[in-house]
Amino acid sequence: MYRSLILSSGFHLFIILFAMFTLPFALKKPLDIPQIVSIELIQITDKTNIPFAPKAKKIIEKVKKEEEKLVSEQAPPKKVKKEKPDSVPLPDEKLEKIEKIKEKKQNPVKEDNKVKQVSEFEKEDMFDPNEIAALIDKSKEEMAITNEKSLEVSQSKDKSMNSKKLTLTEEDALKAQIFGCWSIPLGLPYNENLLVRIKLKLKPDGTVIKTEIIDHARMNKPGQGFYKVLAESALRAIKLCQPLRVPSTGYERWKDLQLNFDAREMLEG
Amino acid sequence: MKKIQLIIISIFLLFPKTVYSLIEVDIIRGNLNPLPIAVSPLFSDDNTKKNGKQELGLDDIGSEISHIIENNLLRSGLFNPLDRKAFLQKPDIAHLKPRFEDWALIKSQALITGKVSLQNEKLKIEFRLWDVLAGREMVALAFTTVPSNWRRVGHIITDKVYERLTGERGYFDTRIIYVSEKGPKIKRIKRLAIMDQDGFNTKYLTLGNELVLTPRFNPTNQMVTYLSYFKNLPRVYLLDIETGLQEVVGDFPGMTFAPRFSPDGKKIIMSFAKDGNSEIYTMDLENRIVEKITNHPSIDTSPSFSPNGKYIAFNSDRSGYQQIYTMKSNGKGVKRISFGKGLYGTPVWSPRGDLIAFTKLHKGKFYIGVMRTDGTGERLLTENYYQEAPSWSPNGRVLIFYRETKTDSEGKGFSAKLWSIDLTGYNERLVETETDASDPSWSSLLSN
Repeated sequence: MYRSLILSSGFHLFIILFAMFTLPFALKKPLDIPQIVSIELIQITDKTNIPFAPKAKKIIEKVKKEEEKLVSEQAPPKKVKKEKPDSVPLPDEKLEKIEKIKEKKQNPVKEDNKVKQVSEFEKEDMFDPNEIAALIDKSKEEMAITNEKSLEVSQSKDKSMNSKKLTLTEEDALKAQIFGCWSIPLGLPYNENLLVRIKLKLKPDGTVIKTEIIDHARMNKPGQGFYKVLAESALRAIKLCQPLRVPSTGYERWKDLQLNFDAREMLEG
Repeated sequence: MKKIQLIIISIFLLFPKTVYSLIEVDIIRGNLNPLPIAVSPLFSDDNTKKNGKQELGLDDIGSEISHIIENNLLRSGLFNPLDRKAFLQKPDIAHLKPRFEDWALIKSQALITGKVSLQNEKLKIEFRLWDVLAGREMVALAFTTVPSNWRRVGHIITDKVYERLTGERGYFDTRIIYVSEKGPKIKRIKRLAIMDQDGFNTKYLTLGNELVLTPRFNPTNQMVTYLSYFKNLPRVYLLDIETGLQEVVGDFPGMTFAPRFSPDGKKIIMSFAKDGNSEIYTMDLENRIVEKITNHPSIDTSPSFSPNGKYIAFNSDRSGYQQIYTMKSNGKGVKRISFGKGLYGTPVWSPRGDLIAFTKLHKGKFYIGVMRTDGTGERLLTENYYQEAPSWSPNGRVLIFYRETKTDSEGKGFSAKLWSIDLTGYNERLVETETDASDPSWSSLLSN
């Protein structure tokens, strides 16, 4: 008796504690997130990110040689010429100054000027194409990692996101595709209710697994023959259009989709 | 044990869940391009081909019927019949079980297949309409008729296909009555003629001794009312197409013109002109009782009943210019509905009841247009040097009218032709006739 009382109170306590920790999350109102204004991103990596290749190495070497020539042919900077002998620092001091500047400043243009002023041997040491290639490779790896991370983040975001709509761009892309596929039957009576609602079950690539006409019963009602014609035309449009232009992410969000076909606006003109 | 179950259930209930609401996308636009359709030639065996050659002079009756269907669908402007050369499947096999992938490959969305047999003076036809994308049958029908009806079979099949795919009744198994014209402009011989809506099977109903104008079908398509100048007196006549009997409508002491039947076919509505005034009258065909509908010193003419028979549209110059008016069938509640610039005439109420077609004259040009029955939403469908007398197809989708061309300085080059245009205003087509033609009137569907 005494044992069961302890057990009962223990369980009750557990439930109360559990409720205290979890109920606030359940009651929490969804965040009022403003609608996402989507921006079309253009991939320019192909143009900017030159892959390391023997051909690229040759080009880099060629550019390097040209630069070397330029450096050797170039006259020393005018500023140096204008500087008075008194103000010119001693060689040791000069080196120290350069080192200080190197430490403080990060301006690549000025760095270039400095490179031009150092000897060709030093330059060779600094300008190693293999290092650049390694850097490129590294940057690629980093990019791949960050891409993976961002994908993971977006998927996890998608999982937590329960937005009711597609973004404007996503919706427009889908609409534009179906507009092209839907041949509206012109003989429909435009003073009737010409709305056909179809539920879709989609694969991640936009292929339609299942279609379901919501007001299916209306198809066989007397005097509603036009509805059958309209519904069939909508189904044809879906079949003709598939795979549908669905977003590349957020499958959980749009795997079930409802299309509302309304011909009234088109028929009324 | 029960306690453990309760604990598990309570844990599930207490965990917060993410709920996805269904995303809805509104599709309010589509394309109005003609629907690609494949009309596979109706299959006919060797025996049928032989009989068809002997009885009808046709090499392949199945192929000829398919041509009629193709032509009808093409002229409707709503379908794009695909080239037969692109078909991959033979007609007989396609009729049994189409390989939908093959038909989808040539971008066809619908397919018509069928077979014909002609034996013992009986023409048997069966056809099927298939939804290529859904991969299923939409319509399957069979007919038996006399061989001479082979063209009508093509029209009936087109009507069924049109109705199934557009949602409204077809207009292909119909006839058109018109005034056939021959000879120079100043001495035209005008005869009543009747033909299928595609211009075939023309028959002449009058000899051309008297001038005839404005023929109109009754709802059963057996009777025609028209205006004829018998002994130089213009009067409204009634003609039975089957028997050829004709009679004068009413004993009016003057000129009667612009006749039309009421929707139930029991009355004729027309204009009667006397002493420079024109009024609208009806005459009951059973008891011959004449009723005056309008009573106004101006010219009231071109009456046309609404499909339910409750209203009448007509044109009148009571406002100073010729405009369109509507009134109740008893003549009360007269209301002007046209207010645009120019003169309006020949109002014809659509069989659907939603629109009134008219002819408009503005700045020396003639227009065929439509407006709602309250006068709003005026749309001019076509413009030309001279055109008038629109008549509706039985489904209210297409108008047929006639158009005259200008004569040159020597008085040559005049012609009068029938044209059709649909409500979009884009599908305007010449209707081929054996001679020049004017004043067309479309019948209702011959088969229901």
